[in-house]
Amino acid sequence: MLNDALLTMRGICKQFPGTRALNNVDFTLRRGEIHALMGENGAGKSTLIKVLTGVYEKDGGHIRVEGQEAHIHSPQDAQKAGISTVYQEITLCPNLTVAENIFIGRTGGALVRWKDYEKRTDEILKSLGIPARAKQELSRCSLAVQQMVAIARAVDMQCKVLILDEPTSSLDEKEVEMLFGLMRDLKSRGVGIIFVTHFLEQVYEVSDRITVLRNGELVGEYETRDLPQVELVARMMGKDLKELSGLEAKTENRAAVHDEMVYEASGLSSSEARPFDFSIARGEVNGFTGLLGSGRSESVRAIFGADRVTGGKVTVKGKPVRINRPHHAMKNGIGYLPEDRKRDGIIADLSVRENIILALQVMKGFFHPMSKAQMEQFADEYIQALNIKTASQDTPIRALSGGNQQKVILARWLLTHPDYLILDEPTRGIDVGTKLEIQRLVLKLAAENMSVTFISSEIEEMLRVCSRLIVMRDRKIVGELSGDGLSQAQVMKTIAGGGQ
Amino acid sequence: MTRPVNPVRRREPLTDAQLLMTISICIFVVMYALAMLLLGGGFLKTQQLFDILNDNAYLIIIACGLTIVMIGGGINISVGGVISLTVMACALFLNGCGIQSPALTFIATLLLALGIGLAFGLLQGFLISYLDIQPFIVTLAGMFLARGLTTMLSVNPVKVSNSGFQAIIKTKIEIPWLGYVAKNGNLIPARLETGAVIALCVVALVYLMLRYARAGRHIYALGGNSQSALMLGINVRRTKMLSYVLSGLLSGLAGFVFLMHKPAGNASVAMRSEMDAIAASIIGGTLLTGGVGNVIGTFFGVMILATIQKIIGLSGLNDSWWQDMANGAMLGFFILLQSVVLFVRGKGGPKLPWLKKEKPRQS
Repeated sequence: MLNDALLTMRGICKQFPGTRALNNVDFTLRRGEIHALMGENGAGKSTLIKVLTGVYEKDGGHIRVEGQEAHIHSPQDAQKAGISTVYQEITLCPNLTVAENIFIGRTGGALVRWKDYEKRTDEILKSLGIPARAKQELSRCSLAVQQMVAIARAVDMQCKVLILDEPTSSLDEKEVEMLFGLMRDLKSRGVGIIFVTHFLEQVYEVSDRITVLRNGELVGEYETRDLPQVELVARMMGKDLKELSGLEAKTENRAAVHDEMVYEASGLSSSEARPFDFSIARGEVNGFTGLLGSGRSESVRAIFGADRVTGGKVTVKGKPVRINRPHHAMKNGIGYLPEDRKRDGIIADLSVRENIILALQVMKGFFHPMSKAQMEQFADEYIQALNIKTASQDTPIRALSGGNQQKVILARWLLTHPDYLILDEPTRGIDVGTKLEIQRLVLKLAAENMSVTFISSEIEEMLRVCSRLIVMRDRKIVGELSGDGLSQAQVMKTIAGGGQ
Repeated sequence: MTRPVNPVRRREPLTDAQLLMTISICIFVVMYALAMLLLGGGFLKTQQLFDILNDNAYLIIIACGLTIVMIGGGINISVGGVISLTVMACALFLNGCGIQSPALTFIATLLLALGIGLAFGLLQGFLISYLDIQPFIVTLAGMFLARGLTTMLSVNPVKVSNSGFQAIIKTKIEIPWLGYVAKNGNLIPARLETGAVIALCVVALVYLMLRYARAGRHIYALGGNSQSALMLGINVRRTKMLSYVLSGLLSGLAGFVFLMHKPAGNASVAMRSEMDAIAASIIGGTLLTGGVGNVIGTFFGVMILATIQKIIGLSGLNDSWWQDMANGAMLGFFILLQSVVLFVRGKGGPKLPWLKKEKPRQS
């Protein structure tokens, strides 16, 4: 064991109902290093952080700080052990002053001598180079400064371990530089920093070492300079690059792609997505790929108008249109199967039939009711066509398995006969048989001249169904692959950038 | 980025809360000045101002309590009910106890009143803070309970006949140099009741508590963002509990002050006063969303509402609906004004340097 280890976590396990969030994970942080914790969404980064900060109770394993066993059962325990966290959403009080935010909750006595604290605050701010004043109301500081105030609080609490959870996600480049400067400064003072982020470039810019998690398990710990970016991506996705490079994608027969563009967007942006260009031809199946959190879903949500659209030109079948709401998209023949079917897709207490009819009903408007017989006929038709396993069409949808729920939502959109269907993670959490069924269905729909955008975390699946892949990294489109370029190795190189 | 050379000595711009409070103080002053100019009469005498204080002392006290709770992000609509219960219980106690010494009755009644308020504060605070029940529901139930208990104690109005207490009530603070000379040549000094003095002390104490005490700042943090407050190491439950206990205690005290002003228990005492108190807090710049506000503003909120009432009375519009409509209009006007002011400031603000926000808030 290294003797400069500041924090060691050994054999950490955490079980949630139905999933094993962390399985025997080890993590070591040294004094005066910036250690990046990497992994896709759901890999267990947040859970590990929450175990360390006492938000979750671990089911097994040991945490040692400076060799001493630390018993962490609450955020307060973590703070006492010298572990401080700055979360992505700033956990300070915007209505208090900077000085209060740094000292509140740890002042002694019934009365507070704010004058003294304000003086100390100004000293701390000055020594860390944070452009804020003690008496300033926090809500008047920029987000970057608020984040730095949170760090200043942690530093003043003599923290040994500083956890920065996605600190840069809402900062601009200049602010990121400011934050990195502060991080390097703290590092030189011997603080160990755990840096959680999605941004690969930033990891290579500041971190010394990297720990990669995948599916709740430790993939490995690496020196940043020894791990090329491509390798890192491969590790995060659980592939071995050497094995992959020889393999070619097995593509099934794809229908001929027409020249007619069903949907075109230029400079489309939303509250969540940065401006991007995108188009899809009649009968084409394309897909957005990239690490989870790279902005795939945000892009398709912008296409569908699910988030607040902030700019861009959109044409559907050659006609310029405005799509600001899902309703507009549906009127223009676009359907969208959301990523999180529990939250955005199914209405759990309604029956299978009602869930199927929903989108069509919205399209027709509420003043054009459909007859019961017609609804039953539609429902039966699609229950058969998609092989939905349900006791009856009156069964509440929550009684169905995940795969069958997904098929119901698929049926909902197919019933509206869209020209263009967006499927966001349609196969997540579904058994293999149903997965294949859905993949085949997508290809069949394309053969029937429907355009489909397909998103999946499984690259094999994407390669099987898509004839064109749009690769995203850090919320930007970084490449487009088609034809011979469609291989796992190529996808990963593009994600990692630089193609090294 | 332009930064001051000496950051410590630079004057911070007004916060939104301070600005809202300043606006309500200005409106009160303008309103009162207009009343003096246009209506004259009673408004020219200091006694008019003192009467407003005397009549609304209890309202000032519960409004302070409500401001505390609202800053903490909660609400308490049981305060009017607690007043009626306190008044009734104290009236019955005074008539039945047989103590006649003024000092003793004063202390005993005050303790009883505070006890009742404390009991309600503790019970409601416990339900809201430790069992996580919605404050609106808990205090709604508290209001019904208090009103019900009042009627249970006595269906008929109870007049206080205790001579000791009567003596206390008659004790008023007389300030000759603020008085006026009556037609017959006698000097009539301006009279301030004990209750009004208590109310002013409450305003001062609560102001200091919220501004300088650790607990006071914790209440602001709680209302600003309770999740953050927890992460900052504040005992959120205890702080929340404290805000309701204080509000309960102040309700009891308000009941006592009410009894000194009108020594009679009645089931309909202080009806709807909780709503007036909420309105006064909001007019004074307290936000219902929590985290923003202070009791000086609340005090002026009460004064604004009470002055409108006097003006309407003096204008000969004695029907109660005028009062209600004026209050409603005032509240609506203030909410609108607050939104406009905050919106304008958010946009970069008017060109007055001390009003200007130096950096727009990012979302």
